[in-house]
Amino acid sequence: MTRASETLAAWLLGLLWILPLAYAGWTAFHPREYSARFVLTAPLTLGNFVEAWNAAPFARYLLNTVLLVALILGVQLVLCTLAAYAFARFEFAGRTAAFLLVLVQLMIMPDVLIVENYQTMSRLGALDTILAIGLPYMASAFGIFLLRQTFKTVPKELDEAARVEGAGPLLTLWKVYVPLARPVYVAYALVSVSYHWNNFLWPLIVTNSVTSRPLTVGLQVFSSTDQGVDWSIITAATLLTSGPLLVAFLLFQRQFVQSFMRAGIR
Amino acid sequence: MTKRSATTSPHVIGWLLLLPAAALLVTFTHYPAVATLYHSLFSTARAGRPAVWVGLENYAAMAADPVFWQSLRNNALFALGTIPTSMALALAMALLVNGKLRGRAFLRLSYFTPTILPMIAVANIWLFFYTPGYGLVDRFVQLLGLPSHNWLGSRDTALACLVVVTVWKEAGFFMIFYLAALQSIAPVLAEAAAIEGAGRWYFFRRVTFPLLMPTTLFVLVNAVINSFRLVDHVVVMTRGGPDNASSLLLYYIYDVGFKFWDTAYAAALTMVLLVVLASVAIGQFLLLDRRIHYR
Repeated sequence: MTRASETLAAWLLGLLWILPLAYAGWTAFHPREYSARFVLTAPLTLGNFVEAWNAAPFARYLLNTVLLVALILGVQLVLCTLAAYAFARFEFAGRTAAFLLVLVQLMIMPDVLIVENYQTMSRLGALDTILAIGLPYMASAFGIFLLRQTFKTVPKELDEAARVEGAGPLLTLWKVYVPLARPVYVAYALVSVSYHWNNFLWPLIVTNSVTSRPLTVGLQVFSSTDQGVDWSIITAATLLTSGPLLVAFLLFQRQFVQSFMRAGIR
Repeated sequence: MTKRSATTSPHVIGWLLLLPAAALLVTFTHYPAVATLYHSLFSTARAGRPAVWVGLENYAAMAADPVFWQSLRNNALFALGTIPTSMALALAMALLVNGKLRGRAFLRLSYFTPTILPMIAVANIWLFFYTPGYGLVDRFVQLLGLPSHNWLGSRDTALACLVVVTVWKEAGFFMIFYLAALQSIAPVLAEAAAIEGAGRWYFFRRVTFPLLMPTTLFVLVNAVINSFRLVDHVVVMTRGGPDNASSLLLYYIYDVGFKFWDTAYAAALTMVLLVVLASVAIGQFLLLDRRIHYR
Protein backbone atom coordinates (compact mmCIF):
# COMPACT_ATOMS: atom_id res chain seq x y z
CA MET A 1 0.00 0.00 0.00
CA THR A 2 1.25 3.45 -0.82
CA ARG A 3 1.18 6.29 1.67
CA ALA A 4 -1.63 8.00 -0.22
CA SER A 5 -3.91 4.99 -0.16
CA GLU A 6 -3.15 4.51 3.51
CA THR A 7 -4.20 8.07 4.24
CA LEU A 8 -7.34 7.52 2.22
CA ALA A 9 -8.16 4.30 4.10
CA ALA A 10 -7.52 5.97 7.44
CA TRP A 11 -9.84 8.82 6.57
CA LEU A 12 -12.60 6.59 5.24
CA LEU A 13 -12.46 4.58 8.44
CA GLY A 14 -12.32 7.75 10.52
CA LEU A 15 -15.37 9.24 8.85
CA LEU A 16 -17.25 5.97 9.10
CA TRP A 17 -16.40 5.85 12.80
CA ILE A 18 -17.50 9.39 13.57
CA LEU A 19 -20.62 9.14 11.39
CA PRO A 20 -22.99 7.66 14.00
CA LEU A 21 -22.12 10.36 16.49
CA ALA A 22 -22.30 13.11 13.89
CA TYR A 23 -25.68 11.84 12.79
CA ALA A 24 -26.95 11.77 16.37
CA GLY A 25 -25.67 15.30 16.79
CA TRP A 26 -27.48 16.43 13.64
CA THR A 27 -30.77 14.92 14.75
CA ALA A 28 -30.52 16.30 18.27
CA PHE A 29 -29.66 19.86 17.27
CA HIS A 30 -32.22 20.26 14.49
CA PRO A 31 -36.02 20.49 14.51
CA ARG A 32 -37.93 17.24 14.08
CA GLU A 33 -38.69 17.71 10.38
CA TYR A 34 -34.95 17.71 9.63
CA SER A 35 -34.11 14.67 11.76
CA ALA A 36 -33.33 12.58 8.70
CA ARG A 37 -33.13 15.32 6.06
CA PHE A 38 -29.73 16.82 5.53
CA VAL A 39 -30.16 20.39 4.39
CA LEU A 40 -27.33 22.77 5.19
CA THR A 41 -29.77 25.61 5.80
CA ALA A 42 -31.72 23.70 8.44
CA PRO A 43 -32.12 25.87 11.53
CA LEU A 44 -30.26 24.84 14.67
CA THR A 45 -32.21 24.40 17.89
CA LEU A 46 -31.78 23.37 21.49
CA GLY A 47 -35.49 22.63 21.72
CA ASN A 48 -35.01 18.85 21.71
CA PHE A 49 -32.71 19.04 24.71
CA VAL A 50 -35.15 21.25 26.59
CA GLU A 51 -38.03 18.91 25.80
CA ALA A 52 -36.05 15.84 26.86
CA TRP A 53 -34.83 17.53 30.04
CA ASN A 54 -38.39 18.43 30.99
CA ALA A 55 -39.95 15.12 30.00
CA ALA A 56 -38.04 13.03 32.55
CA PRO A 57 -36.23 13.74 35.83
CA PHE A 58 -32.81 13.90 34.18
CA ALA A 59 -31.51 16.34 36.78
CA ARG A 60 -32.12 13.72 39.45
CA TYR A 61 -30.63 10.95 37.33
CA LEU A 62 -27.56 13.09 36.78
CA LEU A 63 -27.24 13.70 40.51
CA ASN A 64 -27.59 9.96 41.16
CA THR A 65 -24.90 9.12 38.64
CA VAL A 66 -22.51 11.71 40.06
CA LEU A 67 -23.10 10.42 43.60
CA LEU A 68 -22.71 6.82 42.46
CA VAL A 69 -19.50 7.42 40.57
CA ALA A 70 -18.00 9.48 43.42
CA LEU A 71 -19.01 6.93 46.06
CA ILE A 72 -17.55 4.00 44.14
CA LEU A 73 -14.33 5.80 43.30
CA GLY A 74 -13.84 7.10 46.84
CA VAL A 75 -14.23 3.70 48.45
CA GLN A 76 -12.24 1.97 45.71
CA LEU A 77 -9.29 4.28 46.19
CA VAL A 78 -9.13 3.64 49.93
CA LEU A 79 -9.72 -0.12 49.85
CA CYS A 80 -7.47 -0.81 46.89
CA THR A 81 -4.66 1.32 48.29
CA LEU A 82 -4.69 -0.54 51.60
CA ALA A 83 -4.90 -3.98 50.00
CA ALA A 84 -2.27 -3.19 47.37
CA TYR A 85 0.08 -1.95 50.08
CA ALA A 86 -0.40 -5.20 51.99
CA PHE A 87 0.38 -7.29 48.90
CA ALA A 88 3.33 -5.17 47.84
CA ARG A 89 5.18 -4.74 51.11
CA PHE A 90 4.09 -7.21 53.80
CA GLU A 91 5.05 -10.86 53.91
CA PHE A 92 1.98 -12.22 55.62
CA ALA A 93 0.82 -15.80 55.84
CA GLY A 94 -1.37 -16.78 52.90
CA ARG A 95 -0.35 -13.80 50.78
CA THR A 96 -0.04 -15.70 47.51
CA ALA A 97 -3.32 -17.53 47.98
CA ALA A 98 -5.11 -14.32 48.94
CA PHE A 99 -3.71 -12.57 45.89
CA LEU A 100 -4.88 -15.33 43.58
CA LEU A 101 -8.33 -15.11 45.15
CA VAL A 102 -8.36 -11.39 44.45
CA LEU A 103 -7.43 -12.00 40.82
CA VAL A 104 -10.49 -14.25 40.43
CA GLN A 105 -12.54 -11.06 40.13
CA LEU A 106 -10.70 -10.07 36.96
CA MET A 107 -12.38 -12.99 35.23
CA ILE A 108 -15.60 -13.39 37.17
CA MET A 109 -16.82 -9.83 37.44
CA PRO A 110 -19.84 -8.68 39.40
CA ASP A 111 -21.46 -8.05 36.00
CA VAL A 112 -22.18 -11.77 35.61
CA LEU A 113 -23.15 -12.56 39.20
CA ILE A 114 -26.37 -10.58 38.99
CA VAL A 115 -28.72 -13.27 40.25
CA GLU A 116 -26.93 -14.01 43.53
CA ASN A 117 -25.91 -10.42 44.21
CA TYR A 118 -29.52 -9.37 43.82
CA GLN A 119 -30.49 -11.88 46.52
CA THR A 120 -27.76 -10.51 48.77
CA MET A 121 -28.94 -6.93 48.29
CA SER A 122 -32.47 -8.02 48.98
CA ARG A 123 -31.41 -9.69 52.25
CA LEU A 124 -29.43 -6.59 53.22
CA GLY A 125 -32.53 -4.50 52.55
CA ALA A 126 -30.43 -2.38 50.21
CA LEU A 127 -32.47 -2.78 47.02
CA ASP A 128 -33.16 0.39 45.09
CA THR A 129 -30.35 2.40 46.68
CA ILE A 130 -27.26 3.97 45.17
CA LEU A 131 -25.19 2.00 47.67
CA ALA A 132 -26.52 -1.27 46.25
CA ILE A 133 -25.40 -0.31 42.75
CA GLY A 134 -21.91 0.43 44.01
CA LEU A 135 -21.22 -2.24 46.63
CA PRO A 136 -20.24 -5.15 44.35
CA TYR A 137 -17.69 -2.99 42.55
CA MET A 138 -16.00 -1.30 45.50
CA ALA A 139 -13.31 -3.89 46.14
CA SER A 140 -11.79 -3.83 42.69
CA ALA A 141 -9.29 -6.55 41.83
CA PHE A 142 -8.17 -4.43 38.94
CA GLY A 143 -7.40 -1.48 41.21
CA ILE A 144 -5.59 -3.67 43.72
CA PHE A 145 -3.50 -5.24 40.98
CA LEU A 146 -2.64 -1.93 39.34
CA LEU A 147 -1.60 -0.27 42.60
CA ARG A 148 0.32 -3.31 43.80
CA GLN A 149 2.43 -3.22 40.65
CA THR A 150 3.08 0.47 41.23
CA PHE A 151 3.88 0.17 44.93
CA LYS A 152 6.37 -2.59 44.19
CA THR A 153 8.44 -0.17 42.13
CA VAL A 154 8.81 2.24 45.06
CA PRO A 155 12.43 1.95 46.33
CA LYS A 156 12.59 0.16 49.67
CA GLU A 157 15.05 2.81 50.90
CA LEU A 158 12.33 5.45 50.83
CA ASP A 159 10.11 3.19 52.89
CA GLU A 160 12.88 2.52 55.39
CA ALA A 161 13.81 6.19 55.62
CA ALA A 162 10.22 7.00 56.60
CA ARG A 163 10.24 4.23 59.18
CA VAL A 164 13.47 5.53 60.68
CA GLU A 165 11.82 8.93 61.02
CA GLY A 166 9.24 7.16 63.15
CA ALA A 167 6.35 6.81 60.70
CA GLY A 168 4.06 3.81 61.14
CA PRO A 169 2.82 1.75 58.17
CA LEU A 170 -0.18 3.94 57.43
CA LEU A 171 1.76 7.18 57.60
CA THR A 172 4.47 5.69 55.37
CA LEU A 173 1.79 4.64 52.90
CA TRP A 174 0.33 8.14 52.89
CA LYS A 175 3.61 10.08 52.76
CA VAL A 176 5.69 7.85 50.49
CA TYR A 177 3.60 5.50 48.37
CA VAL A 178 0.48 7.48 47.57
CA PRO A 179 2.29 10.59 46.24
CA LEU A 180 4.57 8.47 44.04
CA ALA A 181 1.59 6.62 42.56
CA ARG A 182 -0.33 9.77 41.59
CA PRO A 183 -0.33 9.16 37.79
CA VAL A 184 -1.66 5.66 38.38
CA TYR A 185 -4.41 7.03 40.61
CA VAL A 186 -5.43 9.47 37.89
CA ALA A 187 -5.45 6.69 35.31
CA TYR A 188 -7.46 4.39 37.53
CA ALA A 189 -9.91 7.15 38.43
CA LEU A 190 -10.65 7.97 34.80
CA VAL A 191 -11.19 4.34 33.90
CA SER A 192 -13.38 3.74 36.95
CA VAL A 193 -15.48 6.84 36.37
CA SER A 194 -16.03 6.01 32.70
CA TYR A 195 -16.93 2.44 33.55
CA HIS A 196 -19.47 3.28 36.22
CA TRP A 197 -20.92 6.28 34.43
CA ASN A 198 -21.70 3.91 31.57
CA ASN A 199 -22.66 0.79 33.51
CA PHE A 200 -26.20 -0.34 32.84
CA LEU A 201 -27.37 -3.91 33.48
CA TRP A 202 -26.73 -4.16 37.23
CA PRO A 203 -28.17 -0.68 37.97
CA LEU A 204 -31.18 -1.60 35.85
CA ILE A 205 -31.74 -4.69 37.98
CA VAL A 206 -31.31 -3.23 41.46
CA THR A 207 -33.08 0.09 41.01
CA ASN A 208 -36.71 0.79 40.37
CA SER A 209 -37.33 4.38 41.30
CA VAL A 210 -36.32 7.86 40.31
CA THR A 211 -34.41 8.41 43.55
CA SER A 212 -31.76 5.80 42.79
CA ARG A 213 -31.69 5.38 39.01
CA PRO A 214 -28.50 6.52 37.29
CA LEU A 215 -28.55 8.27 33.92
CA THR A 216 -28.12 5.13 31.84
CA VAL A 217 -31.16 3.44 33.36
CA GLY A 218 -33.11 6.68 33.27
CA LEU A 219 -32.37 7.01 29.58
CA GLN A 220 -33.57 3.49 28.91
CA VAL A 221 -36.79 4.00 30.88
CA PHE A 222 -37.31 7.27 29.06
CA SER A 223 -36.66 6.08 25.53
CA SER A 224 -38.49 2.78 25.81
CA THR A 225 -41.64 3.87 27.59
CA ASP A 226 -42.24 7.59 27.88
CA GLN A 227 -41.29 8.62 24.44
CA GLY A 228 -42.52 6.37 21.66
CA VAL A 229 -40.35 6.98 18.64
CA ASP A 230 -39.53 10.67 18.66
CA TRP A 231 -35.93 10.29 17.55
CA SER A 232 -35.08 13.97 17.88
CA ILE A 233 -35.84 13.86 21.57
CA ILE A 234 -34.34 10.43 22.14
CA THR A 235 -31.05 11.37 20.52
CA ALA A 236 -31.03 14.61 22.49
CA ALA A 237 -31.53 12.63 25.69
CA THR A 238 -28.83 10.20 24.61
CA LEU A 239 -26.32 12.97 24.06
CA LEU A 240 -27.42 14.50 27.34
CA THR A 241 -26.59 11.34 29.29
CA SER A 242 -23.21 10.86 27.65
CA GLY A 243 -22.55 14.60 27.48
CA PRO A 244 -20.59 15.30 30.67
CA LEU A 245 -18.23 12.38 30.12
CA LEU A 246 -17.86 13.20 26.44
CA VAL A 247 -17.02 16.84 27.17
CA ALA A 248 -14.52 15.79 29.83
CA PHE A 249 -12.99 13.42 27.32
CA LEU A 250 -12.69 16.08 24.62
CA LEU A 251 -11.05 18.46 27.08
CA PHE A 252 -8.62 15.92 28.54
CA GLN A 253 -8.18 13.64 25.55
CA ARG A 254 -4.51 12.87 26.04
CA GLN A 255 -5.02 12.16 29.72
CA PHE A 256 -7.92 9.80 28.98
CA VAL A 257 -6.16 7.84 26.27
CA GLN A 258 -3.00 7.53 28.35
CA SER A 259 -5.03 6.42 31.34
CA PHE A 260 -6.78 3.68 29.41
CA MET A 261 -3.41 2.62 28.02
CA ARG A 262 -1.72 2.63 31.41
CA ALA A 263 -4.58 0.66 32.87
CA GLY A 264 -4.32 -1.90 30.12
CA ILE A 265 -0.59 -2.48 30.14
CA ARG A 266 -0.07 -3.83 33.55
CA MET B 1 3.00 4.30 68.25
CA THR B 2 6.46 3.96 66.76
CA LYS B 3 7.40 1.20 69.09
CA ARG B 4 4.18 -0.69 68.53
CA SER B 5 4.24 -0.62 64.74
CA ALA B 6 7.84 -1.67 64.75
CA THR B 7 7.01 -4.76 66.72
CA THR B 8 3.59 -5.66 65.29
CA SER B 9 4.03 -8.66 63.07
CA PRO B 10 3.73 -8.23 59.30
CA HIS B 11 1.06 -10.95 59.39
CA VAL B 12 -1.24 -8.82 61.47
CA ILE B 13 -0.62 -5.60 59.55
CA GLY B 14 -0.93 -7.36 56.21
CA TRP B 15 -4.25 -8.93 57.03
CA LEU B 16 -5.62 -5.78 58.65
CA LEU B 17 -4.80 -3.78 55.52
CA LEU B 18 -6.39 -6.41 53.34
CA LEU B 19 -9.45 -6.96 55.48
CA PRO B 20 -11.88 -4.30 54.16
CA ALA B 21 -11.29 -5.19 50.52
CA ALA B 22 -11.32 -8.91 51.28
CA ALA B 23 -14.66 -8.68 53.09
CA LEU B 24 -16.31 -7.03 50.09
CA LEU B 25 -14.65 -9.35 47.60
CA VAL B 26 -15.80 -12.40 49.48
CA THR B 27 -19.34 -11.06 49.84
CA PHE B 28 -19.82 -10.00 46.23
CA THR B 29 -17.53 -12.25 44.20
CA HIS B 30 -16.56 -15.48 45.97
CA TYR B 31 -19.72 -16.08 47.93
CA PRO B 32 -22.07 -15.47 44.97
CA ALA B 33 -19.93 -17.70 42.74
CA VAL B 34 -20.20 -20.55 45.23
CA ALA B 35 -23.83 -19.79 46.05
CA THR B 36 -24.65 -19.97 42.35
CA LEU B 37 -23.47 -23.57 42.28
CA TYR B 38 -25.34 -24.38 45.51
CA HIS B 39 -28.62 -22.76 44.46
CA SER B 40 -28.49 -24.37 41.04
CA LEU B 41 -29.05 -27.70 42.81
CA PHE B 42 -32.32 -26.56 44.40
CA SER B 43 -35.72 -25.62 43.07
CA THR B 44 -36.82 -22.00 42.99
CA ALA B 45 -38.67 -21.00 46.15
CA ARG B 46 -42.19 -19.79 45.34
CA ALA B 47 -44.95 -18.44 47.58
CA GLY B 48 -45.73 -21.17 50.11
CA ARG B 49 -43.23 -23.54 48.55
CA PRO B 50 -39.69 -23.40 49.92
CA ALA B 51 -36.74 -24.41 47.78
CA VAL B 52 -36.03 -28.14 47.83
CA TRP B 53 -33.03 -30.17 46.74
CA VAL B 54 -33.47 -31.28 43.15
CA GLY B 55 -29.96 -32.42 42.33
CA LEU B 56 -29.16 -31.94 38.68
CA GLU B 57 -32.75 -31.32 37.59
CA ASN B 58 -32.08 -27.70 36.63
CA TYR B 59 -29.22 -28.87 34.46
CA ALA B 60 -31.39 -31.51 32.85
CA ALA B 61 -33.98 -28.84 32.13
CA MET B 62 -31.24 -26.70 30.67
CA ALA B 63 -30.02 -29.46 28.38
CA ALA B 64 -33.58 -29.78 27.09
CA ASP B 65 -34.16 -26.04 26.76
CA PRO B 66 -33.91 -24.90 23.13
CA VAL B 67 -33.68 -21.23 24.16
CA PHE B 68 -30.59 -21.98 26.23
CA TRP B 69 -28.89 -23.71 23.31
CA GLN B 70 -29.92 -20.94 20.99
CA SER B 71 -28.50 -18.30 23.35
CA LEU B 72 -25.27 -20.23 23.69
CA ARG B 73 -25.00 -20.64 19.92
CA ASN B 74 -25.81 -16.96 19.42
CA ASN B 75 -23.15 -16.03 21.95
CA ALA B 76 -20.57 -18.16 20.14
CA LEU B 77 -21.52 -16.57 16.82
CA PHE B 78 -21.48 -13.14 18.43
CA ALA B 79 -17.97 -13.79 19.78
CA LEU B 80 -16.78 -15.11 16.42
CA GLY B 81 -18.31 -12.12 14.68
CA THR B 82 -16.99 -9.43 17.00
CA ILE B 83 -13.58 -10.58 18.21
CA PRO B 84 -11.55 -11.13 15.01
CA THR B 85 -13.13 -8.14 13.28
CA SER B 86 -12.63 -5.67 16.09
CA MET B 87 -9.09 -6.89 16.74
CA ALA B 88 -8.10 -6.69 13.08
CA LEU B 89 -9.63 -3.23 12.81
CA ALA B 90 -7.93 -2.16 16.03
CA LEU B 91 -4.55 -3.25 14.69
CA ALA B 92 -5.19 -1.56 11.35
CA MET B 93 -6.23 1.65 13.07
CA ALA B 94 -3.16 1.59 15.29
CA LEU B 95 -0.82 1.01 12.35
CA LEU B 96 -2.49 3.80 10.39
CA VAL B 97 -2.39 6.47 13.09
CA ASN B 98 1.04 5.44 14.31
CA GLY B 99 2.64 6.75 11.13
CA LYS B 100 2.79 10.32 9.91
CA LEU B 101 -0.58 11.16 8.52
CA ARG B 102 -2.64 14.21 7.74
CA GLY B 103 -5.26 14.75 10.46
CA ARG B 104 -3.81 12.13 12.78
CA ALA B 105 -5.17 13.74 15.93
CA PHE B 106 -8.68 13.86 14.51
CA LEU B 107 -8.50 10.25 13.37
CA ARG B 108 -7.36 9.00 16.75
CA LEU B 109 -10.18 10.93 18.35
CA SER B 110 -12.69 9.56 15.90
CA TYR B 111 -11.61 5.95 16.46
CA PHE B 112 -11.51 6.25 20.22
CA THR B 113 -14.65 8.25 20.97
CA PRO B 114 -17.11 5.29 20.92
CA THR B 115 -15.19 3.84 23.87
CA ILE B 116 -16.21 6.74 26.08
CA LEU B 117 -19.92 6.50 25.25
CA PRO B 118 -22.20 4.29 27.33
CA MET B 119 -23.18 1.13 25.44
CA ILE B 120 -26.78 2.06 26.09
CA ALA B 121 -26.35 5.43 24.36
CA VAL B 122 -24.57 3.75 21.48
CA ALA B 123 -27.39 1.25 21.20
CA ASN B 124 -29.96 4.04 21.12
CA ILE B 125 -28.14 5.82 18.31
CA TRP B 126 -27.83 2.63 16.29
CA LEU B 127 -31.45 1.75 16.96
CA PHE B 128 -32.29 4.91 15.06
CA PHE B 129 -29.90 3.85 12.26
CA TYR B 130 -31.56 0.50 11.85
CA THR B 131 -35.13 1.86 11.77
CA PRO B 132 -36.83 0.36 8.69
CA GLY B 133 -37.46 2.82 5.87
CA TYR B 134 -36.37 5.86 7.85
CA GLY B 135 -33.00 4.95 9.35
CA LEU B 136 -29.66 5.67 7.73
CA VAL B 137 -28.84 2.01 7.01
CA ASP B 138 -32.06 1.46 5.14
CA ARG B 139 -31.74 4.70 3.21
CA PHE B 140 -28.26 3.69 2.13
CA VAL B 141 -29.52 0.30 1.03
CA GLN B 142 -32.33 1.93 -0.92
CA LEU B 143 -29.79 4.17 -2.58
CA LEU B 144 -28.17 1.01 -3.91
CA GLY B 145 -31.55 -0.02 -5.27
CA LEU B 146 -32.15 -2.80 -2.75
CA PRO B 147 -35.48 -3.30 -0.96
CA SER B 148 -36.12 -1.93 2.52
CA HIS B 149 -35.40 -4.33 5.34
CA ASN B 150 -36.37 -4.61 9.00
CA TRP B 151 -32.82 -5.08 10.23
CA LEU B 152 -33.46 -5.67 13.93
CA GLY B 153 -36.84 -7.30 13.42
CA SER B 154 -35.63 -10.04 11.16
CA ARG B 155 -34.20 -13.29 12.39
CA ASP B 156 -31.44 -13.31 9.79
CA THR B 157 -29.97 -9.93 10.57
CA ALA B 158 -30.71 -9.09 14.24
CA LEU B 159 -27.56 -10.73 15.63
CA ALA B 160 -25.38 -9.30 12.86
CA CYS B 161 -26.70 -5.82 13.73
CA LEU B 162 -25.51 -6.31 17.31
CA VAL B 163 -22.14 -7.49 16.05
CA VAL B 164 -21.71 -4.31 13.98
CA VAL B 165 -22.55 -2.08 16.95
CA THR B 166 -20.12 -3.93 19.20
CA VAL B 167 -17.29 -3.79 16.68
CA TRP B 168 -17.87 -0.06 16.26
CA LYS B 169 -17.75 0.46 20.00
CA GLU B 170 -14.76 -1.75 20.82
CA ALA B 171 -12.26 -1.40 17.96
CA GLY B 172 -11.04 2.01 19.12
CA PHE B 173 -10.60 0.77 22.66
CA PHE B 174 -8.40 -2.11 21.54
CA MET B 175 -6.56 0.25 19.19
CA ILE B 176 -4.92 2.17 22.03
CA PHE B 177 -3.27 -0.98 23.37
CA TYR B 178 -1.81 -1.73 19.96
CA LEU B 179 -0.77 1.88 19.62
CA ALA B 180 1.05 1.78 22.95
CA ALA B 181 2.80 -1.44 21.96
CA LEU B 182 3.78 -0.08 18.54
CA GLN B 183 5.32 2.97 20.14
CA SER B 184 7.47 0.76 22.34
CA ILE B 185 9.03 -1.03 19.36
CA ALA B 186 12.53 0.37 18.80
CA PRO B 187 12.78 2.38 15.53
CA VAL B 188 16.23 0.80 15.05
CA LEU B 189 14.50 -2.40 13.97
CA ALA B 190 12.69 -0.68 11.11
CA GLU B 191 15.89 1.08 10.06
CA ALA B 192 17.84 -2.15 10.07
CA ALA B 193 15.13 -3.88 8.05
CA ALA B 194 15.11 -1.02 5.54
CA ILE B 195 18.87 -1.32 5.07
CA GLU B 196 18.50 -5.04 4.50
CA GLY B 197 15.90 -4.21 1.89
CA ALA B 198 12.93 -5.82 3.65
CA GLY B 199 9.54 -4.65 2.39
CA ARG B 200 7.05 -3.08 4.79
CA TRP B 201 4.71 -6.05 4.67
CA TYR B 202 7.57 -8.43 5.29
CA PHE B 203 8.72 -6.31 8.21
CA PHE B 204 5.21 -6.29 9.66
CA ARG B 205 4.83 -10.05 9.29
CA ARG B 206 8.23 -11.03 10.63
CA VAL B 207 8.96 -8.31 13.19
CA THR B 208 6.04 -6.10 14.22
CA PHE B 209 3.35 -8.74 14.47
CA PRO B 210 5.40 -11.19 16.58
CA LEU B 211 6.42 -8.35 18.87
CA LEU B 212 2.74 -7.45 19.29
CA MET B 213 1.85 -10.97 20.40
CA PRO B 214 1.53 -10.16 24.13
CA THR B 215 -0.76 -7.26 23.28
CA THR B 216 -2.79 -9.45 20.98
CA LEU B 217 -3.24 -11.98 23.75
CA PHE B 218 -4.26 -9.28 26.22
CA VAL B 219 -6.76 -7.80 23.80
CA LEU B 220 -8.08 -11.24 22.90
CA VAL B 221 -8.80 -12.13 26.52
CA ASN B 222 -10.57 -8.81 27.03
CA ALA B 223 -12.58 -9.24 23.87
CA VAL B 224 -13.69 -12.73 24.85
CA ILE B 225 -14.73 -11.61 28.32
CA ASN B 226 -16.60 -8.64 26.88
CA SER B 227 -18.50 -10.81 24.45
CA PHE B 228 -19.97 -12.72 27.40
CA ARG B 229 -20.22 -9.85 29.87
CA LEU B 230 -21.85 -7.03 27.95
CA VAL B 231 -25.51 -7.31 26.93
CA ASP B 232 -26.69 -3.71 27.34
CA HIS B 233 -27.24 -3.41 23.60
CA VAL B 234 -29.40 -6.53 23.57
CA VAL B 235 -31.67 -4.99 26.20
CA VAL B 236 -32.03 -1.77 24.23
CA MET B 237 -32.11 -2.97 20.65
CA THR B 238 -33.75 -6.37 20.38
CA ARG B 239 -34.63 -7.79 23.80
CA GLY B 240 -33.22 -11.03 22.50
CA GLY B 241 -35.76 -11.21 19.70
CA PRO B 242 -37.12 -11.95 17.25
CA ASP B 243 -37.69 -15.55 18.39
CA ASN B 244 -34.55 -15.41 20.57
CA ALA B 245 -32.48 -14.89 17.43
CA SER B 246 -30.31 -12.32 19.20
CA SER B 247 -30.45 -13.61 22.77
CA LEU B 248 -27.01 -13.88 24.38
CA LEU B 249 -26.27 -16.05 27.41
CA LEU B 250 -26.16 -13.27 30.01
CA TYR B 251 -29.28 -11.74 28.50
CA TYR B 252 -31.09 -15.04 28.85
CA ILE B 253 -29.93 -15.25 32.47
CA TYR B 254 -31.35 -11.78 33.02
CA ASP B 255 -34.62 -12.80 31.38
CA VAL B 256 -34.98 -15.98 33.42
CA GLY B 257 -33.80 -14.42 36.67
CA PHE B 258 -35.62 -11.11 36.58
CA LYS B 259 -38.63 -11.55 34.33
CA PHE B 260 -39.69 -15.10 35.15
CA TRP B 261 -37.99 -14.92 38.59
CA ASP B 262 -36.83 -18.51 38.22
CA THR B 263 -33.67 -17.92 40.25
CA ALA B 264 -32.65 -21.55 40.55
CA TYR B 265 -32.69 -22.07 36.81
CA ALA B 266 -30.93 -18.73 36.36
CA ALA B 267 -28.25 -20.02 38.75
CA ALA B 268 -27.76 -23.13 36.61
CA LEU B 269 -27.43 -20.91 33.54
CA THR B 270 -24.96 -18.69 35.37
CA MET B 271 -22.83 -21.78 36.08
CA VAL B 272 -22.40 -22.22 32.33
CA LEU B 273 -21.24 -18.61 32.06
CA LEU B 274 -18.83 -19.09 34.96
CA VAL B 275 -17.39 -22.21 33.33
CA VAL B 276 -16.87 -20.27 30.09
CA LEU B 277 -15.08 -17.46 31.93
CA ALA B 278 -12.99 -19.91 33.96
CA SER B 279 -11.91 -21.65 30.74
CA VAL B 280 -10.82 -18.30 29.37
CA ALA B 281 -8.75 -17.75 32.51
CA ILE B 282 -7.14 -21.18 32.25
CA GLY B 283 -6.54 -20.72 28.54
CA GLN B 284 -4.88 -17.39 29.16
CA PHE B 285 -2.70 -18.95 31.83
CA LEU B 286 -1.55 -21.73 29.50
CA LEU B 287 -0.92 -19.35 26.61
CA LEU B 288 0.99 -17.01 28.87
CA ASP B 289 3.07 -19.94 30.02
CA ARG B 290 3.95 -20.87 26.45
CA ARG B 291 4.87 -17.33 25.65
CA ILE B 292 7.35 -17.23 28.50
CA HIS B 293 8.97 -20.47 27.30
CA TYR B 294 9.10 -19.10 23.81
CA ARG B 295 11.10 -16.15 25.04
